[in-house]
Amino acid sequence: MKGSLVDIENEYFNSQGTPWPIRGGPEVSKRLDATHFNVDTKAHIVIDTQVCNGCQSRPCLWACPAELFIAKADGGILFNYENCFECGTCYVVCEGGAINWNYPSGGYGVIFYLG
Amino acid sequence: MTTPSSYDVVVVGAGPAGSAAALAAKRCGASVLLIERGPFPGSKNVYGGVVYPRILGEIIPKWKESVPVERWITRRSTMIMSENSSLTVAVDSEKWNKETPNGITTLRSNFDRWLAQNAVAGGVDLVCSTLATGLICQNGSDKPSTANRVIGVRTDRRDGDVLAKVVILADGVNSLLAKSAGMYPNFAIDHLTLGVKEVLYLGRERIEERFCLEGDDGCDLEIMGCTDDIAGGGFLYTNQDTVSLGVVLSIGDLATHHTRPEMLIDRLKSHPSLAGLLKGGTLKEYSAHMIPEVVIGNWPQLSLPGVLVAGDAAGSCLASGLWLEGVNMAIGSGIAAGRFAANAAKDLESTKWSGYDQSIKESFVGKNHRRFQRAPELVMSDSLQRIYPKLANNIASSIFTVTDPIAKKGVLQTVRSIMADSDISATKLALDALKIWRAFR
Ligand SMILES: Cc1cc2nc3c(=O)[nH]c(=O)nc-3n(C[C@H](O)[C@H](O)[C@H](O)COP(=O)(O)OP(=O)(O)OC[C@H]3O[C@@H](n4cnc5c(N)ncnc54)[C@H](O)[C@@H]3O)c2cc1C
Ligand code: SF4
Ligand code: SF4
Repeated sequence: MKGSLVDIENEYFNSQGTPWPIRGGPEVSKRLDATHFNVDTKAHIVIDTQVCNGCQSRPCLWACPAELFIAKADGGILFNYENCFECGTCYVVCEGGAINWNYPSGGYGVIFYLG
Repeated sequence: MTTPSSYDVVVVGAGPAGSAAALAAKRCGASVLLIERGPFPGSKNVYGGVVYPRILGEIIPKWKESVPVERWITRRSTMIMSENSSLTVAVDSEKWNKETPNGITTLRSNFDRWLAQNAVAGGVDLVCSTLATGLICQNGSDKPSTANRVIGVRTDRRDGDVLAKVVILADGVNSLLAKSAGMYPNFAIDHLTLGVKEVLYLGRERIEERFCLEGDDGCDLEIMGCTDDIAGGGFLYTNQDTVSLGVVLSIGDLATHHTRPEMLIDRLKSHPSLAGLLKGGTLKEYSAHMIPEVVIGNWPQLSLPGVLVAGDAAGSCLASGLWLEGVNMAIGSGIAAGRFAANAAKDLESTKWSGYDQSIKESFVGKNHRRFQRAPELVMSDSLQRIYPKLANNIASSIFTVTDPIAKKGVLQTVRSIMADSDISATKLALDALKIWRAFR
């Protein structure tokens, strides 16, 4: 054991608790360029847009890590399955039961070459 | 129609649980088929980045010689972040070297593939690019019960039915098959968190310089108090020439607080304590995956006649704040499932299936879960997410701030005055200390 180390860093000793400045990163769609998808011709996730039209809280807009749910100007929801991580967050977070969720066919969908 | 092929044991999912189960069953003399929906094992799988590999010795005695390692973890650290400072505790241990490793960083595409290759070398049949779509039961339905044994699985291949004496579901956190079989009645949103991760290229040299590492040594960093209003945490692990950086988040909180996952990644990357370490990093992969944080009382039913559940599908991942151990737990539960299945296949009629549930509960997987069952809720509580990280940082930075020409207050007085400024009463502190003690003792 080389010994344990306790380290304290304080960049803003004088700044009375103001949060650190956040540098925004690229849009999600740009980040997805770094991930591979072998897109299936058939959508593995289908949403019932009727249900979405009556959904007030719309948690999918916030929780889907690939940002695949988009609010349309007319109040509806637009969904595109192509760049999906197959994580399952959307069906877990959707309270209205609008999402028919499945995996893509064998061999299709996201491919994580690192993971 | 061709007659379906038939095996003693069919395993769904070639993640750590599935490959371990397949190899363990094969070692016990069973014929084994391993089915994976991705084009290669690991292609669908995402995690933070550290495998605690000791358990591998149970099925691959010489694992150290061939396991794909990015770095051997010789420093484990926890950073408590607040809005304007951070406090890090790091443990360096020379004992955690190549000869007696504690943790390794490895990428799942390499690790899962390696483990599955070992299963194949041991005699397991592996088919990839194949989705298991349902169970086949004795009475022809897809709903097993105590009176209706599972006898195979359906897949999305043409003539894709496969018969099995025992099916092992090692299909991960979503486990659609266990759910559709009705084995997961208590499945709920608060048993899950979402992990989002970036792999950033820095190059070997920069990593070694910035993280003070030599050769193949590596370090891990767990981060508390870094996810703003969202309950969760962060991590930063060193690979050979990349780092894995990510956040683990309460799914419900994202919508409540109108926050998206990548905002929290950007926020974390901007923190002064990390920004310098990550400067100039280029994105190699962006990914996301859910984590089961299921306490033992909410585990799914682990067995029904002819079917066993293992790994994340069974809730085996141990997520307790101090530890995020999923791969080793998955391998442990997979080994138990594989051995049980191989024995059951020899004598289906007299098998007591609940013996499997028992064996999991008595293994290190079950014991760890029982011991730390209070931890997940506590770690996600407001006290540990916000109140104490801030308090700890305030106290630490006050103690280390030189106040000349005013004389130092001394540690006790500093702590007292910071406590008085916060709204934490001595009673709450004592109660929380007791809770923390009970959750982690
Ligand atoms: C962000 C994040 C960070 C983590 N960090 C760590 C860490 O640092 N260390 C650690 O030890 N653990 C960590 N974990 C947990 C760990 O990843 C899991 O516990 C572990 O992968 C579980 O292994 P498994 O084999 O049960 O499931 P998985 O690894 O999910 O494997 C399931 C397999 O089944 C396949 N599959 C699913 N359904 C089907 C089907 N119907 N037909 C065919 N195949 C199917 C999938 O493609 C997959 O290959 C982390 C998890 C996340 C999400
Ligand atoms: S949460 Fe469900 S119902 Fe609401 S908008 Fe999203 S998908 Fe539609
Ligand atoms: S599975 Fe995940 S990535 Fe795909 S749409 Fe749902 S939330 Fe988004």
